Amino acid sequence: MGKEEQELANRPDNTAFTQQRLPAWQPMLSAGIVIPGFVLIGLAFIGIGVALFITSRSIQVLEFDYTGVEQNSPCFNCTGQKVLNCVCNLDFSIDRPFTGTVFFYYGLSNYFQNFRKYSVSKDDSQLYGDITYFKSPSVTCSPYDYDSNNQPIVPCGSIANSMFNDTFKLNNINGSKVDLVPLDGKGIAWWTDYNIKYRNPSITPLKNAFNNTVKPIFWSKPAYELDTTDPANNGFINQDFLVWMRRAALPNFRKLYRRIDKGLPIGNYSLAISYNYPVLSFNGRKKVVFSNVSWMGGKNEFLGIAYLVIGSMCVFMSIVMLIVYAKFKFPEED
Amino acid sequence: CVGEEIWVDSRTVYIGHKEPPPGAEAYILQRYPDNRIVSSKYTFWNFIPKNLFEQFRRIANFYFLGIFLVQLIIDTPTSPVTSGLPLFFVITVTAIKQGYEDWLRHKADCSINECPVDVVQQGKVVRTQSHKLRVGDIVVVREDETFPCDLILLSSSRHDGTCYVTTASLDGESSHKTYYAVQDTMAFRTEQEVDSLHATIECEQPQPDLYKFVGRINIYKDKEEPVARPLGAENLLLRGATLKNTQHIYAVAVYTGMETKMALNYQSKSQKRSAVEKSMNAFLIVYLCILISKAVINTVLKYAWQWSPDRDEPWYNHRTENERQRHMVIRAFTDFLAFMVLFNYIIPVSMYVTVEMQKFLGSYFITWDEEMFDEELGEGAQVNTSDLNEELGQVEYVFTDKTGTLTENNMEFIECCVDGNVYIPHAICNGQILSAASSIDMIDSSPGGYRREHEDLFFRALCLCHTVQVKEEETVDGIKRGIHQGRPTSFYISSSPDEVALVEGMKRLGYTYLRLKDNYMEILNKDDDIERFELLHVLNFDSVRRRMSVIVKSSSGEYLLFCKGADSSIFPRVVSGKVEQVKARVEQNAIEGLRTLCVAYRRLSECEYQEACHHLNEAKLALQDREQRLAQAYDIIEKDFVLLGATAVEDRLQEKAADTIESLHKAGMKVWVLTGDKMETAAATCYASKLFRRSTQILELTKKRTEEQSLHDVLLSVDCLDFGLIIDGATLSAVLKANQERAGSGNYREIFLEICRNCSAVLCCRMAPLQKAQIVKLIKASKEHPITLAIGDGANDVSMILEAHVGIGIMGKEGRQAARNSDYAIPKFKHLKKMLLVHGHYYYIRIAELVQYFFYKNVCFIFPQFLYQFFCGFSQQHITMETLKRDPSLYRDIAKNSLLRWPVFLYWTCLGVFDAVIFFFGAYFLFDNTTFTSNGQLMTTNTQMMFGNWTFGTLVFTVLVFTVCFSLPWTHTTGPGSITLSSGGLS
Repeated sequence: MGKEEQELANRPDNTAFTQQRLPAWQPMLSAGIVIPGFVLIGLAFIGIGVALFITSRSIQVLEFDYTGVEQNSPCFNCTGQKVLNCVCNLDFSIDRPFTGTVFFYYGLSNYFQNFRKYSVSKDDSQLYGDITYFKSPSVTCSPYDYDSNNQPIVPCGSIANSMFNDTFKLNNINGSKVDLVPLDGKGIAWWTDYNIKYRNPSITPLKNAFNNTVKPIFWSKPAYELDTTDPANNGFINQDFLVWMRRAALPNFRKLYRRIDKGLPIGNYSLAISYNYPVLSFNGRKKVVFSNVSWMGGKNEFLGIAYLVIGSMCVFMSIVMLIVYAKFKFPEED
Repeated sequence: CVGEEIWVDSRTVYIGHKEPPPGAEAYILQRYPDNRIVSSKYTFWNFIPKNLFEQFRRIANFYFLGIFLVQLIIDTPTSPVTSGLPLFFVITVTAIKQGYEDWLRHKADCSINECPVDVVQQGKVVRTQSHKLRVGDIVVVREDETFPCDLILLSSSRHDGTCYVTTASLDGESSHKTYYAVQDTMAFRTEQEVDSLHATIECEQPQPDLYKFVGRINIYKDKEEPVARPLGAENLLLRGATLKNTQHIYAVAVYTGMETKMALNYQSKSQKRSAVEKSMNAFLIVYLCILISKAVINTVLKYAWQWSPDRDEPWYNHRTENERQRHMVIRAFTDFLAFMVLFNYIIPVSMYVTVEMQKFLGSYFITWDEEMFDEELGEGAQVNTSDLNEELGQVEYVFTDKTGTLTENNMEFIECCVDGNVYIPHAICNGQILSAASSIDMIDSSPGGYRREHEDLFFRALCLCHTVQVKEEETVDGIKRGIHQGRPTSFYISSSPDEVALVEGMKRLGYTYLRLKDNYMEILNKDDDIERFELLHVLNFDSVRRRMSVIVKSSSGEYLLFCKGADSSIFPRVVSGKVEQVKARVEQNAIEGLRTLCVAYRRLSECEYQEACHHLNEAKLALQDREQRLAQAYDIIEKDFVLLGATAVEDRLQEKAADTIESLHKAGMKVWVLTGDKMETAAATCYASKLFRRSTQILELTKKRTEEQSLHDVLLSVDCLDFGLIIDGATLSAVLKANQERAGSGNYREIFLEICRNCSAVLCCRMAPLQKAQIVKLIKASKEHPITLAIGDGANDVSMILEAHVGIGIMGKEGRQAARNSDYAIPKFKHLKKMLLVHGHYYYIRIAELVQYFFYKNVCFIFPQFLYQFFCGFSQQHITMETLKRDPSLYRDIAKNSLLRWPVFLYWTCLGVFDAVIFFFGAYFLFDNTTFTSNGQLMTTNTQMMFGNWTFGTLVFTVLVFTVCFSLPWTHTTGPGSITLSSGGLS
């Protein structure tokens, strides 16, 4: 009896899993399924593609290069050496009204925010508002961790140091009347950035937290004075700072500058640019972009075209398969 | 005399540790190992260093160690933890696994080493543990005990100083062999007497040949010249053999522990690598090349691109002083290493973990398989090494043992026919013989008296013509051979199991052989009368004549010669009898795979008998060419037979053995039988198991038929396409040796291999254990490097099991040695079919898909990073089990590692690159052109936000993960767990 019990204990379980009898499903790719399937997928893709393409076409984009390389460029004067506080005006007119919210970007090209050393050159603990890291920034910030007097730089690192500092004012010129177009700079950064990832130290006034530190070398103002109009938009949670700190993936990129909530009606405009940011030394370009969005986002014809191509390929393949099927229909398939 | 041979290297054993008397030749005392058997690889102390060394010998592990060190030393894009942690995990898991396996081996060793042994010390029997045995100890072995080491027989409980031994677990021969004690010591009866022996044994140092032993015993007696006697293999009892039919023996240990012939026939357990792992390693090297070239390209491009100063160091990205001062070459080199680290995931560390895990968990499916569970044993299959699961799907050569593997090692009398009348023991009711109502019965039309006479003679012939010994069985529980239960009975012992089966068959037909007493053979006939025949001569069986005879004198004074033997050796000598009918029956039986023997007799007149006696005695007394003269004498005597009939004995095959072999054949595997048994026995088994068919042309390459000089002609002359080959051990060693001696000229090895490859089945008989391993090695080393599988059940198969790529042990009757040393152990031979055709298939498919998929995944994973540098489950069964078992040819689809060949590998790699390009540029164009931003959620907050570097990466890899995960179940059918594991592996 003991032996029987032992045998029972040794006996393998008779379950679907242990005996490898789990139910299985395998697609039987027969012509009757594949050809209609391809047609359906193809048609659906063509439909989506057309919708995307048309939508993308209706999105308006206005783009101006203001680097000032060319002689006739309005900002040519500002490109010279040692020109400080240079302001240049870029005039343009709009024939078709920009409806909905218009997004106002600045763009840089040939600018490598994705350099490996560059992209890690910041101190996350410092930017989280941890005051202890104000005194000893992370080594990743090097060579922008301490200044020549061995004072710690806050915020440290190449990214912060190279923050974009051109500013723009948009005027609507209606005859002799010059109206300043209101630009909304709230909420242009990621919500997670200004609520979670970046924080100011909980010291009031904020200025005291920055005692015994110096501002980044290329900055004209310290971090706690970035926005003089709104005290809450200072320090590490300044929206422009946050936009800059979120590094671009590719060397030609745009970053959101402001929103124009009411859209841009037809008319003549003048963009007053305070030209500070040097790009000519590395053959870079600067530009401004105005764009509105649709349900599918910004202007992107690639997506619509990709859908169209794939869709038509599917349809084409289904036709080919249909021909092959009709010609070589195998008798045993009946 | 053997003693006079030159002792190149010998040892001297002091029996009972007694020094030889002064004045005897001085010997150097040697140190011998104790009787400990060690099959484990590690000890507690050397486990960590040795195991680490073994593991880092793997290319991949070493590679990851290198990457890890690079990450530690230089500034790299990824932290050392990312490669250090998985590596640590892999190493730990593997170490734990191997440690556990070794622990099991330690435990097994322990149980052997601690089994009790009786030793004579100071005239008393002392019980001790096996491993404490020393050379020179006198050991007492009782019936049915296994010898604990190699022993020289001193005396036995039998008066003639012999003992019977079965060496089934050593060479697979289950017959009883007789061993002899030296005449000077055979008289010892008690411990005291044995202990009083004062002698030394000189013998050669241990060597693996089981059948060779040369030694000399010097017996010292008081004030007498020492007596020296030669010792040969007939005096040496080998470890692993079992004492039979002898109450007890006294013997002295000469070789112990790892020096015993059995241990020398072992091979060290080396790590087996599977073919998949080998191709994995090859792929890894390709990927390593890709990796290095990627890193080189990137480094070169980096410096080419940085040539213009505005790109080298734009104002927004200044270098530190340190970096500026570093030398250009060092900078380039560290950059190169950094790129290596960045791309190192192209060689997937997780693959090794996953593959290990998959194998480990997958091996449970073998253990769990209910079809491989044996009711009798109460055990299922066992997996000892999970590394080789997929190898089961790759087997091309199957080397199988015969005894206990193909056969049950149990002969059974099936039928006999007398002049064409068939008698089947099963058809007997209450002792009445019923002739089977078959067509053969009708042929017989002779008068009853004549028939009756032949019938009587036939049964007596079978009762008399044999060399069977009778052992009275006193104990009730000793049911060993087919004996009638309940009745106090005796059983038969013989060197040939066929004879036992025949005598037992006769018993069931009513004629019982009782005993041989004072040269009279006693038979209990059907009417319960005892008939006595005087045994005059035994003309022993030999494999050239293939028959044996006895000359007896019946009580009525008639001289009768009974002869039984193979049909081919009897029929030419028959002068009368119903040859046609018997021949028909014999052929029919042979087709059914039964072992047939023909029986004939000859009545001798007084004068003929005298003449025969004269011939025999003359031959027996001859000093020169005795064998030859005996053969001549036999030839003269064995003639003018009257054919009586034929017998059929079944060497019971294991259940479904023939079916299994047939399936393996269909699956494209070549099945070789390697056995230590006799050629005739082995050939019969091959026929029965359908390894040889009736239509198969048999080529025999045996010592008897082939002289060495003609070997060359034989090897060259045969041009075969579908043949069966029989070769014996002696010829095989001649084939192999001839090659060594004359390398190049007559390359028999190549020719032999060529022939073997063309034969559908090969039978190698009379193989020593090490020779079996040699054959496996020979095939392994042949130019196609086929995957070999060895299956066996006894200790004699261990070396071959260890040598083959995959070793399978049968949990048989002859101990667990084979099962312990195997990679997989199964209860029965028939389970091999499912093991290979189903499990092997599945495992191979799974692992191949997994490996390829891993490479594909990693290409996908890494290639976008490369491109970026320029811009900065269980879903389904493959095929159902029934299909796989039904159609063994499906196995051929996956033969030769077909799923891991280069084109397939290339396909996956290209697929990976293609997908990677699609992912990358898809995302690139989406980003490049535009402000693609909004999904519904973002729009409600009415925020136009920019995606950055992080998002780009996330997007690419999210698409990648989805594509890669879904491509698996969709495009490729895989086994259980793979999808979960691969998704796990991705993350």
